[in-house]
Amino acid sequence: MDSAAIEIEDLRVVRGGRPVLEGVSLRVDHDTVTGLLGPSGCGKTTLMRAVVGVQIVAGGVVTVLGEPAGTAELRRRVGYVTQAPSVYGDLSVSENLRYFAAVVGAGLQRIGEVIEVVRLSGREHQVVGSLSGGERSRVSLATALLNKPRLLVLDEPTVGLDPVLRAELWATFHELAAAGTTLLISSHVMDEASECDVLLLMRDGALLEHTTPERLRGETGEQDLGRAFLSVIERRAGGS
Amino acid sequence: MIPRATLATARRVLWQIRRDPRTVGLLLAVPVGLLVLMRYILNAQPLTFQAIGAPMCGLFPFSIMFLITSIAMLRERTTGTLERLMALPIAKGDVLAGYGIAFGLLAAIQASVVCAVGFLVLGLHAPHGAWLVGLLAIANALLGMALGLFVSAFARTEFQAVQFMPAIIFPQLLLCGLFVERHEMAGALYTASWALPLTYAYDALARATRLGPLGSAMARDICLIVAATLVALALGALTLRRRTP
Repeated sequence: MDSAAIEIEDLRVVRGGRPVLEGVSLRVDHDTVTGLLGPSGCGKTTLMRAVVGVQIVAGGVVTVLGEPAGTAELRRRVGYVTQAPSVYGDLSVSENLRYFAAVVGAGLQRIGEVIEVVRLSGREHQVVGSLSGGERSRVSLATALLNKPRLLVLDEPTVGLDPVLRAELWATFHELAAAGTTLLISSHVMDEASECDVLLLMRDGALLEHTTPERLRGETGEQDLGRAFLSVIERRAGGS
Repeated sequence: MIPRATLATARRVLWQIRRDPRTVGLLLAVPVGLLVLMRYILNAQPLTFQAIGAPMCGLFPFSIMFLITSIAMLRERTTGTLERLMALPIAKGDVLAGYGIAFGLLAAIQASVVCAVGFLVLGLHAPHGAWLVGLLAIANALLGMALGLFVSAFARTEFQAVQFMPAIIFPQLLLCGLFVERHEMAGALYTASWALPLTYAYDALARATRLGPLGSAMARDICLIVAATLVALALGALTLRRRTP
């Protein structure tokens, strides 16, 4: 059967006694670039952690690539890039990649490929701690690409990057999607929404809309997706 | 567990240490410096230097590996690399064993240098062979590493992690019999000392550095050091969580 890349039913997460996700249900199709958008603190990271299977959940079902989130098998097929680059700052780019390649069982040739993909050629021997913030997050991304994941979960990958670099990264994401990777990308910058095939709009631990950029523009009559998001929120507030 | 991932982790930890030559220098120079210091503090009491200095050669790696591991592991926890590892196909055993191999190697180098200076230069004696002191030093280093891995879960910052050294290691050093015979201590302390792993680490070193048969007590000591290491590693493995709140 045609199963989704991610299927979430009634996901509830409580952190520090406070409900962070209150009954979120959604579906992410294969080979799409899905944007998870919403203000900081709305539960995007928690939702992504639940998909990757590192979040303790209070209830609900998360199915990823047909399996319950967090199984050992999924650890080989899902790539996860946290918002803060989680690589070793005291190692060089290639040392980081060689380590993680050994962990996931990727060959040395693959290291060259992922360096190419994140456009870090020539920086292989630089210590990660001496790289710029944007370069560091690209090392983190390269690490997640090593085992050619079927699903790539990226938490705010473009935050704090200059526009040129952001455009470059989005080009990379589209290349990856075209090559058969499903991407779930979070952002709190609405102007990145237009880059996505599908949009998930979140606010206060709940999913507001499951839509596409065109539909969101059409339904709200706003060309600017940021304004469109605001009008969705207003409509919700008025309707309740 | 996958040997490839274990060895890769060991190699990665060693790469990180190699990037920090000052730490390596301190690892080797500080114990030697302290031993030399002790030699001249006890200038007039060569027997006391033998009684304290010789076992100390095998205790330095214990306390230093404890400190280094607890901070290295804390960094893994706070920089997100541990979370990333736990989301990858690596077994917790691979992470623990990788650290064990790397720090065991480092301990072997440290113990060799300290023992060489102590037994060859400063005139300490090892009636049963300096190699035995060296091997005990490595076993003790692994014990310190295992304890460090475990306690790193209870520190949020490096400031806190550093405090675990005086909180967890110093009392054991004071109670193990190195400075005062255990049976001369207050009864409650004597009883407590039986429960502390460093007591057996010291007892083994004391036996290895004085004349007389090693006896079955040596075998008991080594078994208990290994057992304490395994318990600490198991507890440490419990603190490596795939899922966190």
